[in-house]
Amino acid sequence: MTGDSYNFAYLDEQTKRMIRRAILKGLAVPGYQVPFASREMPMPYGWGTGGVQVSAAVLTPEDRFKVIDQGADDTTNAVSIRSFFQRTAGVETTTATEEATVIQTRHRIPEAPLGEGQILVYQVPIPEPLRFLEPRESETRKMHSLEEYGLMHVKLYEDISRHGHIATSYAYPVKVEARYVMDPSPIPKFDNPKLNDCPAIQLFGAGREQRIYALPPYTRVTSLDFEDHPFEATKADHPCGLCGAGDSYLDEVIVDDAGGRMFVCSDTDYCESRQRQSHRGKDAA
Amino acid sequence: MTPLLSVQGVAKRYGAQIGCTDVSFDLYPGEVMGIVGESGSGKSTLLNCMAGHLSPDAGRVIFDTRAEGPRDTLTMSEPERRMLGRTDWAFVHQHARDGLRMGVSAGGNVGERLMAVGARHYGDIRHKALDWLDRVEIDAGRVDDRPTTFSGGMQQRLQIARNLVTGPRLVFMDEPTGGLDVSVQARLLDLLRGLVRDMGLSAIIVTHDLAVVRLLADRLMVMKSGHVVEAGLTDQVLDDPQHAYTQLLVSSVLQV
Amino acid sequence: MIELNNVSKTFTLHNQGGAVIEVLNDVSLRVAPGECVALTGASGSGKSSLMRMIYGNYRAQGGAIRVGGIDLVQAEPREVIRIRRDVMGYVSQFLRVVPRVPTLEVVAEPLRAIGVARDEAEARARELLAQLNIPEPLWSLSPTTFSGGEQQRVNIARGFAHAYPAMLLDEPTASLDATNRDVVLTLIEQAKARGAAIIGIFHDEAARERVCDRMINVGDFTPGRAA
Repeated sequence: MTGDSYNFAYLDEQTKRMIRRAILKGLAVPGYQVPFASREMPMPYGWGTGGVQVSAAVLTPEDRFKVIDQGADDTTNAVSIRSFFQRTAGVETTTATEEATVIQTRHRIPEAPLGEGQILVYQVPIPEPLRFLEPRESETRKMHSLEEYGLMHVKLYEDISRHGHIATSYAYPVKVEARYVMDPSPIPKFDNPKLNDCPAIQLFGAGREQRIYALPPYTRVTSLDFEDHPFEATKADHPCGLCGAGDSYLDEVIVDDAGGRMFVCSDTDYCESRQRQSHRGKDAA
Repeated sequence: MTPLLSVQGVAKRYGAQIGCTDVSFDLYPGEVMGIVGESGSGKSTLLNCMAGHLSPDAGRVIFDTRAEGPRDTLTMSEPERRMLGRTDWAFVHQHARDGLRMGVSAGGNVGERLMAVGARHYGDIRHKALDWLDRVEIDAGRVDDRPTTFSGGMQQRLQIARNLVTGPRLVFMDEPTGGLDVSVQARLLDLLRGLVRDMGLSAIIVTHDLAVVRLLADRLMVMKSGHVVEAGLTDQVLDDPQHAYTQLLVSSVLQV
Repeated sequence: MIELNNVSKTFTLHNQGGAVIEVLNDVSLRVAPGECVALTGASGSGKSSLMRMIYGNYRAQGGAIRVGGIDLVQAEPREVIRIRRDVMGYVSQFLRVVPRVPTLEVVAEPLRAIGVARDEAEARARELLAQLNIPEPLWSLSPTTFSGGEQQRVNIARGFAHAYPAMLLDEPTASLDATNRDVVLTLIEQAKARGAAIIGIFHDEAARERVCDRMINVGDFTPGRAA
């Protein structure tokens, strides 16, 4: 099959137009979940159908496209989605954060600072932060519209009462421009501060749940907390074993059958570019 | 004195069926009023109309708000009404699971209303939750347990603590002792009486149990087929009923 | 203090063919502060009914019942409740309490209701319970399990906890032994001395002689049929 069999970026123009309208509405009302008519995509739900539709709607032939899955450019999902748009849109692709104009991500924000002119597209499994405490969609919508967010703190209260501290370590809820409470998708809470005052456009797509929401550049995003249990962006207390970075989010990797382990940057592009600049960690070969 | 709640000509229809009609009364601060009647008499419809859960077809429900004095709650904006619902009003459901979050710990259940009105200090919230568990006679050791592990009576007491923690002035109760064992009922009634007296609460209690209203309510309203057939001082209505239906109701109670 | 003008009472039994029973007709009486008046008359003459009407428990069909300046026939429920809390006490023959509440609290409750602090109210309750010879170990128990005589004495203690300006006593000495009977009569005398207006029903003639200033035969107000 060749790219000519499909419209640019797979989706037809009317669908992209519908998605763009949802995106614009989301940008106009930061943090608000805009319903959209999610399409069936040639991949299963949970594999990024929401993100792919948003990417399809924003890509232009001049864009350079990057996909990361948990920070890595080389996992199955990242590779597949990248090649999907290579074939259906013919756009250039890259793994370098700085060079990309559109980055689709699952569960991470790149370590390298994002800049104006870049778009970060998040894949979102469950867009509703209140869902686990209030299953009724009619009620959660009302809570958003009336700004009734006490329940969100109940979740954090439960965390502290059970674990002594706020144990939520990913999908940590945030408040956008002091108005909407938003689920930042399952990024580690280490990444939460990067949501705030970000020069890039951040778009969130939930395919199965048919919701799009957005953060325009330089939006104020704060993580919810208690006065006596303030928010902390935590990571494993190690430097990267390969590049020696002390400021990046780390994955723990088991390296042998004896329980040996190492910590490495989850952002592969960040790690590799550091290594190219001759930074070395203690486990580097 | 300004009534805390003034109900004026409230009516609710379900199609051609009358839910309740032409209901008017004034409730003053510190008063407890019972509403009795058989199933389908309109007492729950009336309660839900007053509490803002149903919108009546006619009438006014005027509440003496702290900030702005008497306001018709039916013409208030929904955010204002919901704000009342978690500050000055409380609603105790017959089934505790309708009024509790079963997946949240006892402490979280009590703390929710505090957090809903802006409490953001974990230590303070926890302290208040423990204080309230004590007041409703739930052991402090159960604060982190979910209500699913509680007995029916404990669940009901937890629901009461959760409702009263923000110091409401008006409590709506829908059959608060329904479905509980008799001995558990007595304990709950005693607790409610103490709280009503100590906090100076006003309350409207819907029940079909005349013993409950005799113990808790100063005043009584008897409903039949959507109409109020008799109203007055509780012991007067029960001991010297004037209306045929009330006489029947009172004489139908088994004596023990 | 207590004043009745042309009060009448009928019962209409809607569920028994609408039968109308006339109980009392055109009752007028007044009781001054410091005075104790006994209601007399044959059984069924309406003594208890009259007393219940004065307390607001039964509804009068006509006339006026003034206690502490308020006409209870016309009054709103909350006014009747205020009069009962502040002005008028009633010792009935039967104790009616919330199960599980300890005796001490039952007795202290009328004082707590008018805003007396717990310690002070319970001190007064202890004093009365001791005076009425209720054994101290029982004070922390609910009176629902007590004997008839004990319940009666708890009821009296409760009725005398607050110094009401007006009191209604329905057979306060019935089922009491000589010692406790004397305690109760002394309490009544003390209440009179501080200026309480009292209406009582006493089958015990000697007791009536000792505390009552005059008698009113309720039979005089009973419509012909019952005479």
